[in-house]
Amino acid sequence: MTCRQRRGSLDRGVGRSAIPRGAALLVLCAVLALGGCEKKSGARTAPGPGTGGGSSDAAEILFGEVASLTGPEATFGQSQSRGIALAVKEINEAGGVLGRPIRVITYDNQGKPTESAAAAHRLVVRDRVHVLLGEVASSRSLAMAPIAEEHQVPMITPASTNPRVTEGRKWVFRTCFIDPFQGRVMARFAREELGLRRVAVLRDVRNDYSVGLANFFVESFRELGGEVVSDQSYSAGDIDFRSQLTEIRARNPEAIYVPGYYTDVGLIARQVRELGMKVPLMGGDGWDSSKLYEIGGEALEGSFFSNHYSFENPDPVVQGFIARYREAYGEVPDALAALGYDAARLAADAIARVGSLERAAIRYALATTRDFRGVTGTITIDENHNPVKPAVVLEIRNRGATFAKTIEP
Amino acid sequence: MNARVLESWAWILFGLLLVGLASALLPSASQSYPMYVAGLAGINVILAVSLHVVNGLTGQFSLGHAGFMAVGGYTAALFGTRIISEYKLMYISEPVSDTILFFFATLLGGAAAGLAGLLVGLPSLRLRGDYLAIVTLGFAEIIRVTIENVEVLGAATGLVGIPPLTNLFWIFFWALVTFLFAKRLQESTHGRALAAIREDEIAAEAMGIDTTGYKVRAFVASSFFAGVAGALLGYYLTILTPRDFTFLKSVEVVVMVVLGGMGSISGAILAAILLTILPEALRPLREHTGVDLRMVIYASLLLAMMLLRPRGILGRQEVWTLLRRRREEAEPEVAP
Repeated sequence: MTCRQRRGSLDRGVGRSAIPRGAALLVLCAVLALGGCEKKSGARTAPGPGTGGGSSDAAEILFGEVASLTGPEATFGQSQSRGIALAVKEINEAGGVLGRPIRVITYDNQGKPTESAAAAHRLVVRDRVHVLLGEVASSRSLAMAPIAEEHQVPMITPASTNPRVTEGRKWVFRTCFIDPFQGRVMARFAREELGLRRVAVLRDVRNDYSVGLANFFVESFRELGGEVVSDQSYSAGDIDFRSQLTEIRARNPEAIYVPGYYTDVGLIARQVRELGMKVPLMGGDGWDSSKLYEIGGEALEGSFFSNHYSFENPDPVVQGFIARYREAYGEVPDALAALGYDAARLAADAIARVGSLERAAIRYALATTRDFRGVTGTITIDENHNPVKPAVVLEIRNRGATFAKTIEP
Repeated sequence: MNARVLESWAWILFGLLLVGLASALLPSASQSYPMYVAGLAGINVILAVSLHVVNGLTGQFSLGHAGFMAVGGYTAALFGTRIISEYKLMYISEPVSDTILFFFATLLGGAAAGLAGLLVGLPSLRLRGDYLAIVTLGFAEIIRVTIENVEVLGAATGLVGIPPLTNLFWIFFWALVTFLFAKRLQESTHGRALAAIREDEIAAEAMGIDTTGYKVRAFVASSFFAGVAGALLGYYLTILTPRDFTFLKSVEVVVMVVLGGMGSISGAILAAILLTILPEALRPLREHTGVDLRMVIYASLLLAMMLLRPRGILGRQEVWTLLRRRREEAEPEVAP
């Protein structure tokens, strides 16, 4: 009994000291949370006082951007974000759109779909942006798209190539070509330009992008009278590809189509050469990284890949963009930066053309875009909200990509 | 019926009433950003409280919560895209039918996750300490990789087209159910047995407690609610991707439980809410600073918490016991 009493009093002693501390911590948490909230409501009132319905009387035009600034694909998100920032800076320096400056609100999604949805929701409901921009990865764009649809805000994804992102949606657009097109481009290039008849395919089964490209390549190449002599697969992250490549070598193809990401492609190229095959490799925009040449080295010489743009394109629009981007960020822009740049400019162009900030009007203007001159080609939006525009095929020479051919749709 | 039983039932009714009122009066999640975040916080509360049953109450270290969440989420989502989008129950209007089917889908998701919990738990809960962590971690990764490779589940792109049926009512409702389950479990004979296992497994066994049996039951119940949370998330976002169920998600939930205080339900709830709101509340910071300090602040807060208060926000205390004790302390001072 005494023992219990003692324990009780001990407990109480602990409890007494714990209460104020616990309470203090709770207060601290609450203050932190509230502090953040206040800032938010401040941000909400700033863009447009009295924004009842369309917020068309706002002083500035708001672009909301969702980007993977951190996480495993941070370089993609950063390129996109830089491209958009550069476009907006240029437009603002030239006097803005409809006499108003554009402001971009960028939120990070850490490369997670859930975060993308939360960020998009915040941009649409709280910040009341006029146009939603993002994301690079298709899965994250797919998480954002239903929100754009529900709240009727035009959304442009710069680089999500999966057809399902815009399929059946009224408010979602993109500035990149889709997977089927890219597969066909390479098939046409191989068949018509290189005159190849026998090719092998090595696809990454863990990557729906790679599988899609491979499927459409095979389909088109056969239609054009070519023969796919071997269709092998690997999983992203594999290190040894010799068994698949030996199988391919036995079939004696004239080229190998490897629509994977640059990380695997570099290794595959090395092993292709080690096995004594001298045929060129072909791929898609997943190859576009300076890291490709570090990993693949000499093995990639003479290979081809399709891409959104070439920085060797002499077009002044392209060269001007590259010069300004270099000045601002000190590096040559990759395709994602170019697509981000085009997405932001396309949005601004649509607003300027329609002369209104009504979201429905902007949507209409985007849907009827014709011959918009972007860095990644002349864009015309088709009825599925995909751009009809050319792709470029690049050849790898001296550890760099040189322009080989533009393939019109 | 004695007064205590009556009182606890009154509290349950009060809770249900509160959930109903809150979801009726508050703006809907799709129209208001704070409510949207509240929804995410509610889902995290379910996750944290359910993990608390295993990590906090039973003292077993599970790192596979994301895996169970994925099992439940994908099961319910498949049911949604295949059944709810296509069919409706006879004789009743579509919204009502959808709601009934949705409730069934959450139960189905929970059941699938519970079954997975049983399969994982039966062999692995005979192990102790680190081994369980490794097994559950491995399980969660297997689930994720499987999803990435199965076309029917949307592979790496994600399962799209899930009907948007999760609303605040359902999230709050399930959060309440999870909370009540955990609280009443904790205060029951069963809960005392679990606490005994946490304190000293050998001693518990010597006292005649079937340790493996108790652990497996706690684990299955915990998995069930994780599955429900996964189901709610799928119908909330209308998309599920394997990227949402990585190892990091499991760790995030563990952090909630640890930060709240191992062994405290109210602590887990507080931490879940805090850790959901904090990153969202810090979003505007980027506008002012130019760089993203969100995760830096988030991480330093966790570090500070663990250094200054290693027991977590509440340690093993519960908010209600603290309040009751304070009341009891205050009374004698007046009485004499």
